[in-house]
Amino acid sequence: MTHPLHELMRDSLDHCVKCTICETYCPVAAATPLFPGPKYVGPQAERYRGGDANADASLDYCSSCGICTQVCPQGVKIAEINSQAKAELAQRRGVSLRDRLIARPTLAGWMGAPVWPVANWTTSFGPFRLLLEKVLRIHRKAPMPRWAGRTFQSRTRSRRKAPDPAAPQRKVVFFHGCAANFYEPGTASMAVQVLEHNGLEVIIPKQGCCGLPLQSNGQYDAARAYVRRLAAQLAPYARAGHDIVATSTSCGLMLKREAHEILGVDDDDLRVVSERMFDICEYLVMLDERGELKRDMQPVDMEVPYHAPCQQRGHGVGTPAMELMAMVPGLRASQVDAVCCGVAGTYGLKAEKYDIAMEVGRSLFDQVRASGAALSVCDSETCRWQIAAATDRPSVHPVEMLHRAYGLG
Amino acid sequence: MRRAVVIGAGLAGLVAGVRLAEGGMRVTMVAKGVGSLTLSPGVIDVLGYAPGRVDSPREALGAFVAERPDHPYARIGADALEEALAWFTDRVPQMRYRGDGPRNLLLPTAVGVPRPTALAPASMAGADLRGGGRFVVVGLSGLKDFFPRLLADNLARADLPSGAMVGARHAEITASPRPGRADVAGQVYARALDDPAFRGEFAAALRGLAEPGETILLPAVLGMARAGEVFDELQERVGAPIAEVPTVPPSVAGMRLNTELTGAFARAGGRVVLGVEAVGATGSDGRISEVLVRDAARTRALPADAVVLATGGFSAGGIALDSYGGLHEVVLDLPVAGPPAGVAPLSERHLDHQPLMASGVAVDGMLRPVGPGGEPVWDNLHAAGTIVAGAEPWREKSGEGIAIAGGFRAAGAILEET
Repeated sequence: MTHPLHELMRDSLDHCVKCTICETYCPVAAATPLFPGPKYVGPQAERYRGGDANADASLDYCSSCGICTQVCPQGVKIAEINSQAKAELAQRRGVSLRDRLIARPTLAGWMGAPVWPVANWTTSFGPFRLLLEKVLRIHRKAPMPRWAGRTFQSRTRSRRKAPDPAAPQRKVVFFHGCAANFYEPGTASMAVQVLEHNGLEVIIPKQGCCGLPLQSNGQYDAARAYVRRLAAQLAPYARAGHDIVATSTSCGLMLKREAHEILGVDDDDLRVVSERMFDICEYLVMLDERGELKRDMQPVDMEVPYHAPCQQRGHGVGTPAMELMAMVPGLRASQVDAVCCGVAGTYGLKAEKYDIAMEVGRSLFDQVRASGAALSVCDSETCRWQIAAATDRPSVHPVEMLHRAYGLG
Repeated sequence: MRRAVVIGAGLAGLVAGVRLAEGGMRVTMVAKGVGSLTLSPGVIDVLGYAPGRVDSPREALGAFVAERPDHPYARIGADALEEALAWFTDRVPQMRYRGDGPRNLLLPTAVGVPRPTALAPASMAGADLRGGGRFVVVGLSGLKDFFPRLLADNLARADLPSGAMVGARHAEITASPRPGRADVAGQVYARALDDPAFRGEFAAALRGLAEPGETILLPAVLGMARAGEVFDELQERVGAPIAEVPTVPPSVAGMRLNTELTGAFARAGGRVVLGVEAVGATGSDGRISEVLVRDAARTRALPADAVVLATGGFSAGGIALDSYGGLHEVVLDLPVAGPPAGVAPLSERHLDHQPLMASGVAVDGMLRPVGPGGEPVWDNLHAAGTIVAGAEPWREKSGEGIAIAGGFRAAGAILEET
């Protein structure tokens, strides 16, 4: 794990005063005695790392939710240091076939898409899931998305326009992420329609995976290759002055910050893309601040619980989804009092971690169920799948609520 | 709607934030991380030493500020302090703060030293040492960093008001949410005690430990979200008076207070953005119009009609020292009032007079940071908490009082300016 930025992250260790705030906020440490907490496996254990011998392997139970870094009052990059140490541990132990597979959403996506009815049948077929658990250690109850057939990319080929330096303001680039491409093209379409309703032209360039699941599963070299390729695809648009808008909060955060701070990617393509990258709710609230957001919303008479996922909090932009929903007449959104749903991307899929993930999310699920609402709202895909499966009701992206309010479908 | 930006999420920032939001402003609180309130013992110190131990802050305050014209209390005033404390305890009813009118309580610290404090949660107030008493300090064998024997020994030789006799012994119970572990953290016990099942086991272990007339002292881990219910039920089931003693961090009592106060802020419509750094401000005609905040991707401008700076002092990172000995206020580069020329910035013993640690921004009567001539740097910028120069809370036992009164006063000044 030797890159110059790694040293910068490690230097932040010197600011740790062992105050324990990260330990008391860590959702995993609260759920299981198997994880002793971010300070223990990070600022404390880091001094034992780097040689031939190894520090405590309980680090492997860190879910990489990033809450520790957000709550640290001293600016210690705890989550980043622990992610890097986890990758080192994974390399030392050898990366399992399971972790190679679940870290490549495009692989499963492309395998399932052409045969989507069969693929969907198998992943909901009990005996197959049992086999998957025995052979690959993917938990039989872990939430799995359903393939949507045609990918979002192939549905939107006509929008693969070139950058337009003459009118960058009116045109935004939409970064949809793998989940929308294979499983939730409907959410992506709603996002496009909401942006268009607000007078923006939407360009959807060819785009690949950001590499975040690879990073979470300790495969940094592959993750760097993925994110560099994606940054190269988006950079010409950023250079032409187009803003890039994302519905996937975790992939957006990867491009904003994590690829740089965790993977140590330090190139111009990534830099220009970072500066132009916006989460869609952040972007719409920014339009509103400028007086450019359409306020022609129809009443949506509903009560909805909203969960701000860990990765959304990592953007450091507050909770723009709540601000947007507050603009919709009749819509009563309330933020759930919980930090994490437990799934943390691929963590909760793993047989040995599924129960921990469910315990992490328990209070969140209880609150959603107790609300009696017909659906819940959350920005991140894997969190939505986890919450929907655990609460027996759909979980939707906030942009879907705006789509309803605008009367777009 | 007028907008306020509060920089810092500690006690002073939260108090200012709640009052501003309740006053009808749209408040955004930005902070590098969670405030150190979560580390505090949960009691409200107002004035404990001046420099001798203070029995009544109300009576002592006049002479105290007369001798220290640059102290934050001199700017705030005794009346505003009392008003602020009354307002504050109303905002956090679940903490059930108790005091003795104008007089300080005398409560044991984690190591059994008597601490003069103005208000304490009802669950702690029963350990008041002023009238003496008989105590059995009960340790939890799995809990890390709590030493019942040390506490009991120190209590027995504590410096108490004349006539107060204290008898203290120690005991230990093994009931644990994680049996077999010797390093269980306080919050793990507290969350487990919220659950009636473990609470029952815990109560059974305590029964019969106290002799008639003894009060049971326990580490402050008796419940997190349901602390009030846990305390009442334990006391009833055990059949003896119980009092919590604050622990070293992680401090469950501090977490309870932080949760209740951030909850009050959210209910009043305030929003918190954690994990970001305020890096500056822009403005004109003597007024800040935007606070600049570094988020995950860029520096964004938060519009502000008024700003509260509550970043904390030297130890919290609100004030920094460069390698030439220069002091800097880190967010807005305000003038810093540090140790006067010729005064040694630090003295040898940790808890002694430490002029460097008392450095901060000088303020006017509306708590606006001022320049060398006494004129406000920005008309709509106010400061509260340990970022304000002139106090030594670790010696005075004045930290919470200064934070609450300062946050309350700063918010009041902003709300009056309409």
